[in-house]
Amino acid sequence: MKLTKTLMTTTALTVAAGMAHAEMADSLTLVSWGGAYQASQTKAYADPYKEMHPEVEIVWDESSNEAVAKLRAMNEAGNITWDVVDVVASDAIRLCDEGLAMEIDPDEMLAEGDDGSSAEDDFGDLLVSDCFIPQIVYSTTFGYRTDMVPEGAGAPDDICDVFDTETYPGKRSLEKRPINNMEWALLCDGVAKDEVYDVLGTEEGQERALAKLDTIKDDVIWWSAGADTPQLLADGEVFMGSTYNGRLFSVIEEQKQPVAMMWDAQVFDLDGWIIPSGLPEDRLARALDFIMFATDTQRLADQAKYISYGPARHSSAPLVGKHADLGIEMGPHMPTDPANAKNTFLYNYEFWADYRDDIDAKFQAWLAK
Amino acid sequence: MSDAATDPDKIEGPTPDNALRAADQAARPEKVLAADGTPLKRSLNRALRMQKMRALLLIAPLLLFVLLTFIAPIADMLFRSVENQIVSTTLPRTTAALGNWDASQDPVPDETVFEALYYDMFLAAEAKEHTKLGTRLNYEETGISSLFRSSGRKLDDIGEDRIDALEDLNETWEDAAFWFALMSGPEGGEKDAALLDAQRERMAELSGHSYSGDIGFAPAAAISALLPRATRAYTAFAIFTAIDDGDVVAEEEPWEAVKIALSEDLRDPDSISALEDYSGPGAAELRAAQPVMADMPPLDFRQAFLDIDEDWGDTDNWQTIQIYSPSYTSGYFLNAVDMEKTPDGPQFRDEKERIYWLLLKRTLFMSLVITGSCILLGYPVAWILANLPMRTANLLMILVLLPFWTSLLVRTSAWKVMLQQQGVINDVLVWLGLVDDSARLIMINNQFGTIVAMTHILLPFMILPMYSVMQTIPPSYLRAAKSLGATNWTAFWRVYFPQSVPGIGAGSILVFILSIGYYITPEIVGGTTGTFISNRIAYHISSSLNWGLAAALGTILLAVVLILYWAYDKIVGIDNVKLG
Repeated sequence: MKLTKTLMTTTALTVAAGMAHAEMADSLTLVSWGGAYQASQTKAYADPYKEMHPEVEIVWDESSNEAVAKLRAMNEAGNITWDVVDVVASDAIRLCDEGLAMEIDPDEMLAEGDDGSSAEDDFGDLLVSDCFIPQIVYSTTFGYRTDMVPEGAGAPDDICDVFDTETYPGKRSLEKRPINNMEWALLCDGVAKDEVYDVLGTEEGQERALAKLDTIKDDVIWWSAGADTPQLLADGEVFMGSTYNGRLFSVIEEQKQPVAMMWDAQVFDLDGWIIPSGLPEDRLARALDFIMFATDTQRLADQAKYISYGPARHSSAPLVGKHADLGIEMGPHMPTDPANAKNTFLYNYEFWADYRDDIDAKFQAWLAK
Repeated sequence: MSDAATDPDKIEGPTPDNALRAADQAARPEKVLAADGTPLKRSLNRALRMQKMRALLLIAPLLLFVLLTFIAPIADMLFRSVENQIVSTTLPRTTAALGNWDASQDPVPDETVFEALYYDMFLAAEAKEHTKLGTRLNYEETGISSLFRSSGRKLDDIGEDRIDALEDLNETWEDAAFWFALMSGPEGGEKDAALLDAQRERMAELSGHSYSGDIGFAPAAAISALLPRATRAYTAFAIFTAIDDGDVVAEEEPWEAVKIALSEDLRDPDSISALEDYSGPGAAELRAAQPVMADMPPLDFRQAFLDIDEDWGDTDNWQTIQIYSPSYTSGYFLNAVDMEKTPDGPQFRDEKERIYWLLLKRTLFMSLVITGSCILLGYPVAWILANLPMRTANLLMILVLLPFWTSLLVRTSAWKVMLQQQGVINDVLVWLGLVDDSARLIMINNQFGTIVAMTHILLPFMILPMYSVMQTIPPSYLRAAKSLGATNWTAFWRVYFPQSVPGIGAGSILVFILSIGYYITPEIVGGTTGTFISNRIAYHISSSLNWGLAAALGTILLAVVLILYWAYDKIVGIDNVKLG
């Protein structure tokens, strides 16, 4: 398998280098998250690609949620059925570590930016793993019910309002995992923003964060699916809750619920493509051809017409326009918009790759008690 | 069964019976023969064997199916819970060298361990296996994941000055063909086949795939004796280049590790003295390089690793590697019961990290409650179904079966809508004035919600076996009991109920075993107090990828179910279970 993998890589390089007449498979299996996000990818990437190559049959699989486990199982069984997989950056790093994703040479395999910058410069810091092809920047942030803001109190605009049940009574929904929650807790426990991870790396810091979360434990509904918080907000079950900003956009603008965004201390994360290692030659050629097309400047900007996630290329930012159906300007709804990005975090991949198992064990034990 | 006292064989002495049988036996030939002259026994066996074979062939598809899709995966899962070969296959020489290390004497292992680590890690990094090991060890000691990942990238820089000195001396040391000639020796010369085979095996263990096949290279025996380290490293390089990269060995410049190995060889007194007699390819270049290498300061692998990352000086990291060196480990099982492997033997984890024992108790308790509430709700329904006329019963049966045809997620989500604070039930209670608007009941995201939703979902599994058992109880028994003067309650309790117990038993076993392994419903409506141990298993399978721990938890769950099943058999009797 290793041999084929390496052979594939070398062939891939030649293919990408311009041998456009190489044999390409006629089917392409894309894996994504389903819902509005996958719909935006279909409209921005898959449909135009299909128009250019009518012979290609594009199959979607909504398995990104368990992509890492499934790819590992496929690899052990020696039968990879996926061609291009949409995963969050932390999963891409793990897939790369496990040798389950193929390494990418951005300048060889990805299109140049419209402004002439090389792919590597255009994506910049967002290339967080050798295997990862960034697509969007999204953020995990809070939304709140505007009709449940207590009289006399202003709208919540500070992350610490989440922990302030005196001023803002009512339930909150938080994700049932330590990532993000621990950072917010420390931030509101008086830790300076640039010291958060130093503190969180220590036993005392972890206990401190859990102690802070303990103050609101009885007021929290813990979610595990991204759709939970929008539902809880729409039903009035919670006053405020964290989720992905695109989900909140849809609650606010598409479903017209009395909900507003609280962008303070939003945590940026990346989502993008990986190509599984060990694909046969023809399928790999097709996957690379698709990736080259689907991650160019215009395509990334197009996706922002359908969902409020920021394109991962610098060169795409000026091209972001209006929502395709609602006709509203998408810029102000992007997590990267200067007005929204006054106080932000970037998901610390290195830290969580190390501490994920340890802190998760403590967090779950704390939750269960 | 015959009574012992009247059994003819037991009565000795001259009875008429015995006399007759004795006469029979005397007249009987040695063996009874079939019509064709073969002994009857053999002939019968042959006929039966054919039948048995046919029966076996008939069940063979099912047997194979069960073996392949059920027994084999379970066995594989059980095996994963103890398997731990990744450490010794990725770092074979390091773990061997670590065998003598005693953390209480020396907080950080000595130079030999670090030297072995360098060659092991270099090969592992080329094969991209080192990050897998990092992930594995990170389950035990936080921080090893990034330690391995970052070190893999920087290994090329170790001993740069030596490589520069070598290449400054003579550019031929950068020449792939020269290296190939040096290591292959003169044409027709003796080869070190043992080394080649050993390295093939080592690579196969590392990467998990075969490295057999022609690689167009074999190390010369002479060079292998003269430069043992370099030849070993070059052989690994050659195998990797030919099989994994699919390149020609003679056209590829060897790895940095090969050159470092050569420089170490050239400083070795044994090699220095042997070099004088060496006359194979590259002899002149080796002799020229030898004094230069010998004059360079010794290479401190330990310091080099500490420069890459100071965590290589952390005793805990090394102890973790040492503890997890064996191919099989009890570590996963210890983790699954809230313990951990330490240098001083297994110890309980910190109070704040214990979770699995709590979850196991909770899973068992809640499964029992769910089974109990299924019995309470299901028994009357089954009774009514069994006693109604067939037409009506069939109609009602559809209502019981209806939930089976609805998606599990839909049913669970429906309970969410019903039970949440702004949900149907609370709204009705508030509207009726039974509950104040500000004090709405919390009925979901806790144990209560999980029990309600799971009881509803599992109820058909209780009703169906109860119903089919109750159908077989003749109604005349009850009437007979009453005609003999029993009250309604006595007739039910003494006559009807005992006969329906097998149905309760079957339903309870079904519901209990199903609920013990449930995870979707508790995940959605369980909140923090209503989650089961299966939720953690699912987390370790799909999120943390700690399959060993998931396997250990699964094995424990399986063992608990088997023990309970055994206890049930002892107390109630498994013969007493009927599905119809």
